[in-house]
Amino acid sequence: MMLSGWGRYPRIDTKLSAPRNIEALRKKVLKGYAIARGNGRSYGDSAISAQNTIHMKHFNRMLAFDTQHGQLVAEAGVLLADIISTFLPRGWFPFVTPGTKFVTLGGMIAADVHGKNHHKDGSFAQYVDWIEILTCEGEIQRCSLNENLELFEWTLGGMGLTGIVIRAAIRLRPINSAWIKQSTLVAKNISQTIELFEQSHDASYSVAWIDCLQHGKSLGRSLVMLGEHAEAESIPLEHKKQPLQLPFKRKLRIPIKFPSWALNSLSVRAFNAFYYWNGKRNHQKKLVDLDSYFFPLDTIIGWNKIYGRRGFAQFQCVLPIKNSNDGLRALLSATANAGAGSFLAVLKRLGTQKSRFSFPMEGYTLALDFPINRKTLALMEQLDRITVQHGGHFYLAKDSRMSRKIFQKSEPRASDYLSYRTDQVSSKVFESAQSKRLGL
Amino acid sequence: MNNILILGAHSDIAIAVAHRFAEAGYQIQLAARNINNLAADKSDIELRHQVNVTLHEFDALDTTSHSYFVEQLTILPNITVCAVGYMGVQAENEREIKEASLVIRSNYEGPVSILSVLANCFEARGCGCLVGISSVAGERGRASNYVYGSAKAGFTAFLSGLRNRLAKKGVHVVTVLPGFVTTKMTEGMDLPKKLTAQPKEVANAIFNAVQKKQNIIYTRPVWRFIMIIIRNIPEQIFKRLKL
Repeated sequence: MMLSGWGRYPRIDTKLSAPRNIEALRKKVLKGYAIARGNGRSYGDSAISAQNTIHMKHFNRMLAFDTQHGQLVAEAGVLLADIISTFLPRGWFPFVTPGTKFVTLGGMIAADVHGKNHHKDGSFAQYVDWIEILTCEGEIQRCSLNENLELFEWTLGGMGLTGIVIRAAIRLRPINSAWIKQSTLVAKNISQTIELFEQSHDASYSVAWIDCLQHGKSLGRSLVMLGEHAEAESIPLEHKKQPLQLPFKRKLRIPIKFPSWALNSLSVRAFNAFYYWNGKRNHQKKLVDLDSYFFPLDTIIGWNKIYGRRGFAQFQCVLPIKNSNDGLRALLSATANAGAGSFLAVLKRLGTQKSRFSFPMEGYTLALDFPINRKTLALMEQLDRITVQHGGHFYLAKDSRMSRKIFQKSEPRASDYLSYRTDQVSSKVFESAQSKRLGL
Repeated sequence: MNNILILGAHSDIAIAVAHRFAEAGYQIQLAARNINNLAADKSDIELRHQVNVTLHEFDALDTTSHSYFVEQLTILPNITVCAVGYMGVQAENEREIKEASLVIRSNYEGPVSILSVLANCFEARGCGCLVGISSVAGERGRASNYVYGSAKAGFTAFLSGLRNRLAKKGVHVVTVLPGFVTTKMTEGMDLPKKLTAQPKEVANAIFNAVQKKQNIIYTRPVWRFIMIIIRNIPEQIFKRLKL
């Protein structure tokens, strides 16, 4: 059957199975060329293997919760949305959340996701106590900081290529309310944006939305949004009785695929201008519920369809801190010059991170969405080159199109990973369309 | 405290029903063979909904054990859902009488036996609700699954009679005819999307039927119309159709 990631590009013909127990899963894995798939929210082809894609939807049970340490043990197919809806009312929230809650535990481990608090709290990996993996020999191995350390380290951020995550233990943080105090700061250009980030290291959460159609001295004008968990006393009166309850929100559903011309430079320009103006007008502090703050796009079901039939790609890179200013300027100029404004351009300051293969490193990460067409594909290749020139690398959970050459240049860690996989023979058993494309 | 007993708890519909009632605060009793395999589901339901789940070894085919099974339950449930069933493979059911008999016993004899024991207890108590998951396959025999269908037809008739008997005794009986559902049983079949329900939908429909004391439910309303048509095709024509 034809399968694609969240970006609906590329579409790949695959054999998809959904085993119901460990025995059936083991049989599938031992056939080789296997990759696990969670809820299909990685953008490209990282959770598809042409021969053997294994859907983990039947491994979706929560197994234990330790109220003393906030440790949750769950199967890999459990959705972040379910973890939140179960534990938020009891005063617990994940330490790290990506931009959507429709991802699985296994997926968050494989991509070692980061959130708006990376500069302070690091990536998802920091809150994983142990993982149980079905390895290439068909055995279940538990790994953690204390046992099978190498397997543990490569699995966190290893894009599912070390084995199939079956179960894991993660830690949640205690919170007092389901609300975030948000303040919005206006930056007139990229230098100011960076300055604001550098002044906001103490903020628990920070992220910037960039109007990427601006040239010249307005290049990189943005809204920098900071957030803090709100104490129960400070939340709106009507919610005070149940501070941990999320307010009810109507969901919007995108019913059909938009025609591919619906998002053109005019409509994108208008949206971006409106967003900037609106943010500037309302830049005072306000209270926002956790859902709206962390997962704004989740209220629009199927938003990936607005890019039309051909789908879209997300470009996300990270640049080392010393080259960030120059690199971001070059990336934003190239984007603005191409006139191919991205509907959503998000900038985030990342903190330091030591890991084998995870995406984050100290510096700035920029994410841009583009509908797939000849022009944007060429632009993204140009952005690839700029990133490599500035010593940056790419987020594989988003990638759907990078060339092997660019990847190998950007990622000196790839050869270590490949030799580890070859030693473990896992390179023969686990493979995704992405790992094949990138030579990983 | 409200309490529900779910028989045949390995089925996808059974687990979805357990989640739905647990969400509403019911204590859950799951009954099936090899209950150890239900440990993960037990902890999942307990964690998500903060209710108690107990596991009970139960073999629908071992009908002599059924009285004892009900006796040893520490709490007689308010509601019982019977999700016991087995489709087999029609071609084998045609060749092997042993296979056909297993299908008949799993869908008719076993469920009838356990529900009869529970019905008597509920009747004596003067309240309760029995839910039987039957099938639209029981509405008219078709070449593609008539052994299964005929057993379900028997079960549907049993439920209807039981409802008639207990209506004045304060005990309600719900017949569920789910139509196509994405489950273990239908895995690998190419089912039309618009006619196919998720286990969650069936569970919601059952929950509502119990609250509203509905008698016969189809999970997707369109199935009511489809079955009216299928029941009313003249036999002269029906026997020539490929269904």
